[in-house]
Amino acid sequence: MSTLSLESLKSGSRLERVLASGAFAVTAELGPPKSADVALIATKAKHLAGSVDAANITDNQTAIVRMSSIAAGYLALQGGVEPVIQITCRDRNRIAIQSDVLGAYALGIRNILCLTGDHQVFGNHPTSKNVYDMDSIQLIAMLAGMRDQKTFACGDEIRNTKKAPVVEPRILIGGAENPFGDPFEFRDQRLAKKASAGVDFIQTQCIYDMDRFVEFMKRVRNRGLHHQVKILAGVTPLKSMGMAKHMRDNVAGLTVPAYWLERLEKAADKPAEGIRMCVEQIEKLREIEGVAGIHLMAIEWEEKVPEIAKAAGLLPRPEPATSQGAS
Amino acid sequence: MITATRKPFAEIAALLEPFDRVLVLGCGTCVTVCMAGGEKEVGILASTLRLADREKGRKREVLEATIERQCDREFFDVVREKIEAADAVLSMACGVGAQFAGEVFPDAMVLPGLDTKFYGTTLEQGVWSERCSGCGTCVIADFGGVCPVTRCSKSLLNGPCGGSADGKCEVDPKTIDCGWQLIYDRMTRLGIADRLEKVQPLKDWSTGHHGGPGKIVREDAKL
Repeated sequence: MSTLSLESLKSGSRLERVLASGAFAVTAELGPPKSADVALIATKAKHLAGSVDAANITDNQTAIVRMSSIAAGYLALQGGVEPVIQITCRDRNRIAIQSDVLGAYALGIRNILCLTGDHQVFGNHPTSKNVYDMDSIQLIAMLAGMRDQKTFACGDEIRNTKKAPVVEPRILIGGAENPFGDPFEFRDQRLAKKASAGVDFIQTQCIYDMDRFVEFMKRVRNRGLHHQVKILAGVTPLKSMGMAKHMRDNVAGLTVPAYWLERLEKAADKPAEGIRMCVEQIEKLREIEGVAGIHLMAIEWEEKVPEIAKAAGLLPRPEPATSQGAS
Repeated sequence: MITATRKPFAEIAALLEPFDRVLVLGCGTCVTVCMAGGEKEVGILASTLRLADREKGRKREVLEATIERQCDREFFDVVREKIEAADAVLSMACGVGAQFAGEVFPDAMVLPGLDTKFYGTTLEQGVWSERCSGCGTCVIADFGGVCPVTRCSKSLLNGPCGGSADGKCEVDPKTIDCGWQLIYDRMTRLGIADRLEKVQPLKDWSTGHHGGPGKIVREDAKL
């Protein structure tokens, strides 16, 4: 592994250092509790620590109220897992988001993932008002401006007074992409827009339709986007037929080919087969040129992440140069 | 046009309950076209009120009138006497007309008979669909003539979210087209889809309602 020059890093986060080193990265998800249950985060972090490079802390996903992603991310960090804080555009305007980015940075958070956010009709407060002051691409551009231009969205410098030093948040900026959403032809164009807005890495929606993903990656490589943006392919182990059917039938913009359902159907031990299928997928994804890592979303099954990572030959996780140790 | 639907009868009946002499006041413009508050709908509602009163043995006078527009002062002159004679006016205009009637007649108890919905068009007989949110700075030239602020459920300016499937929006795939599929298809048809590559900057929302209640002053048009 090459020694990384810290100066060339944007945030110095572990995830950034792993990606910069060329190692195959592994991220996971850690959903905050639907309560003030602090202990749950410690438990989930314990499952993930050492098996992943970073974990996404979801931001009120599916529009269901949960503990703040920044607070939960801080707790995950205490629990030994580097957080990737998700920020959606649904609930906060540009004032609140920039304020939260400063706050998150102050708490030691170094990775932020920019999302549009699920519409509130899907959640437990469907009568609420949404914000959508911006979209995810504008959010990426705003955060890149904060980091690289050292200015707020309005153009003001990020400093407390005119004489105070500029102290900008040094963060790694992530985005998401659904290679299976429509219009398909627009998907790589959308990724190109994210790249030009300043995204550093993207995680994809979970992949079951491998053919379509291969086609998507071909389009991505044709544009040279894999050189500009680190692409982490999303995978989600299917733990039951019920879950597989739910993913197939109820998740917009997601297709689950019959092949997987048939395999699961035939298996006596469905959770074990689900994990085997997931490991196979990871092995296939790893061979695709331009895939820099995987994003392992074990939904409410975090405890299986170490087993999957191990079976896929992704352990131990590399230890790239730390901020202190880098030359 | 401004579109609206009539409030449920029970809600209207509850609003009018304290009043013994009510005027149901229709509007001859947008809400006539969208069949919510024109002369015909005023007649139906007034008859329904009278019928309900008769069944309950309640004594009440229900007057009817429809004027050209409730959003302009001069059209109210012809119904001045009726409004002044009524205990309450049930305005069958949009939210603009229903408020403005109260401004023209500050002592009148004006109540809304409609729920105002959106700026829209008649797609076919009996079907109306939203097209504009009045954001104050029209951007459709950048999007093949289709408004992302209004037609996308999330008002996204840089492309569809992950919830677009088969041309439909995940918010309600049965009834809502994906605004971004419409934009993409139209721009492809016009041969300008490559323009979507441009990253749209943050929008200035202050030109619409987020800048406070709007007001247009045209010095050249003033008397």
